[in-house]
Amino acid sequence: MIEYDYKKPESLEEVFGLLKEYGPRAALIAGGTDVMVNIRNTKKAPEVLISLRGLKDLRYIKKNNGYHIGALTTHRMLELSELVKTELSALYDGASCIGSVQVRNVATIGGNICNAAPSADTAGPLLVLDARVVLEGPEGRRSVPIYEFFTGTYKTVRKQDEVLVEFQIPAEMEHFGSAYWKYSRRKAMNLPILGVSVSLKLDNETISDARIGLTVAAPTPVRAYKAEEFLKERQLTDDVLKEAGKIAASPDCCSPRDSLRGEAWYRREIIEVYVARMARIAAENIKNR
Amino acid sequence: MKKVSVSFTLNGYPVTAEVPVTWSLLKTLREDFELTGAKEGCGVGECGACTVIVDGDAVNSCLYPVFEAEGKSVMTIEGIAGEDGTLHPIQTAFLENNGVQCGYCTSGMIMSAKALLDQNPDPAENDIRTNIAGNFCRCTGYVQIVEAIEMAARKME
Ligand SMILES: Cc1cc2nc3c(=O)[nH]c(=O)nc-3n(C[C@H](O)[C@H](O)[C@H](O)COP(=O)(O)OP(=O)(O)OC[C@H]3O[C@@H](n4cnc5c(N)ncnc54)[C@H](O)[C@@H]3O)c2cc1C
Ligand code: FES
Ligand code: FES
Repeated sequence: MIEYDYKKPESLEEVFGLLKEYGPRAALIAGGTDVMVNIRNTKKAPEVLISLRGLKDLRYIKKNNGYHIGALTTHRMLELSELVKTELSALYDGASCIGSVQVRNVATIGGNICNAAPSADTAGPLLVLDARVVLEGPEGRRSVPIYEFFTGTYKTVRKQDEVLVEFQIPAEMEHFGSAYWKYSRRKAMNLPILGVSVSLKLDNETISDARIGLTVAAPTPVRAYKAEEFLKERQLTDDVLKEAGKIAASPDCCSPRDSLRGEAWYRREIIEVYVARMARIAAENIKNR
Repeated sequence: MKKVSVSFTLNGYPVTAEVPVTWSLLKTLREDFELTGAKEGCGVGECGACTVIVDGDAVNSCLYPVFEAEGKSVMTIEGIAGEDGTLHPIQTAFLENNGVQCGYCTSGMIMSAKALLDQNPDPAENDIRTNIAGNFCRCTGYVQIVEAIEMAARKME
């Protein structure tokens, strides 16, 4: 019989020690909203749960030469942060639409990204905000751009002995406006059928730089690079945005599947329409600052 | 199975539970403390029937590992009426406004409402709807519930 146990370390060093001691028999748990549901659905628990909630100093949202968000920051903290709402609007849009208030009060941004569901609502926003993922292991820290972090559905580059500690968003993003749209059947308590994030920078009415992130449009959240390239140095007009939407929805940028929630052709149509809409909102968000 | 000893404040009183490590807070409340106000609807965070307040925030107790309750303050529906049984203004507002039909969602609904009103005594209708979006009610259609929470907010001013 398995002797289940849990540990609640108070420092990263302790976490590394425990991960080494228990190896694959242990799993990390932050807010637990994915882990607990998995345990219940599969009726299989890891032998040892290592809680990260004792790492109290990994809960923060700071602006200091760029933006820094601790991995244990809850979606509710992001939702209630004025800084996130005004300067990282896409992340506000993403975090505030996750589950319910009860879920957001405990679920963390680090857990959302490490779980690496294709539908993770903070993934698209972090993609268009050029976030870097900071991982720490016994050998030290490394940082990975978020577009390299996901390697497949529920798969990431995180090594077994590493903890995600922080997201870094470059200072340059201060000049971008951003927005995220979760397309789903109901307004709350639903995973996206599709997610579209856009960030852009304007020079008068010329788009000087842009990022487009698509969620549930490929096995991992992806950037629509070709559509971004198209937008650069073009005017912010309906025709330009419409064309960018078309490119983003094409096989050059994404590979949506037919699934229970929606068919591929339908997802492509949403991308086409929502890239343009999100770009408009992103532009508004710069002006409203 | 290995048991844990978890000490926390439950409805204002210090308590210690000795329960299997894999138990959720919900299971501990219902089976160890015999507080059956919090319900298990889905067990996976979808329905809100298990909502309790931990350190001032509404959470799904079905997803909350009991070991995380160590040192925390937990409030359940059993703890919100006065010691003499006087109902909390949110409870009376639900009764007066027909916010209760079968009652299965009610304790979770009231705990979500309480966490909201404690943090924001004068919520807009939209805030109320956001804060109960994780509480499913299959009977009322929500209108009476939203009105009950608005009524409670006025009463509690
Ligand atoms: C009812 C309900 C509704 C939901 N709705 C949504 C939704 O609308 N959108 C959405 O995107 N998600 C949703 N989720 C999923 C979930 O809430 C999110 O993915 C959440 O952000 C996970 O965070 P957590 O802290 O709870 O993660 P946990 O469950 O604690 O962990 C998730 C995974 O990440 C690992 N992990 C966590 N933190 C770290 C870290 N710092 N370093 C390394 N590994 C780590 C864990 O080992 C685990 O594998 C929902 C879940 C529920 C139960
Ligand atoms: S029983 Fe906890 S949310 Fe349904
Ligand atoms: S009163 Fe029956 S579920 Fe709400």
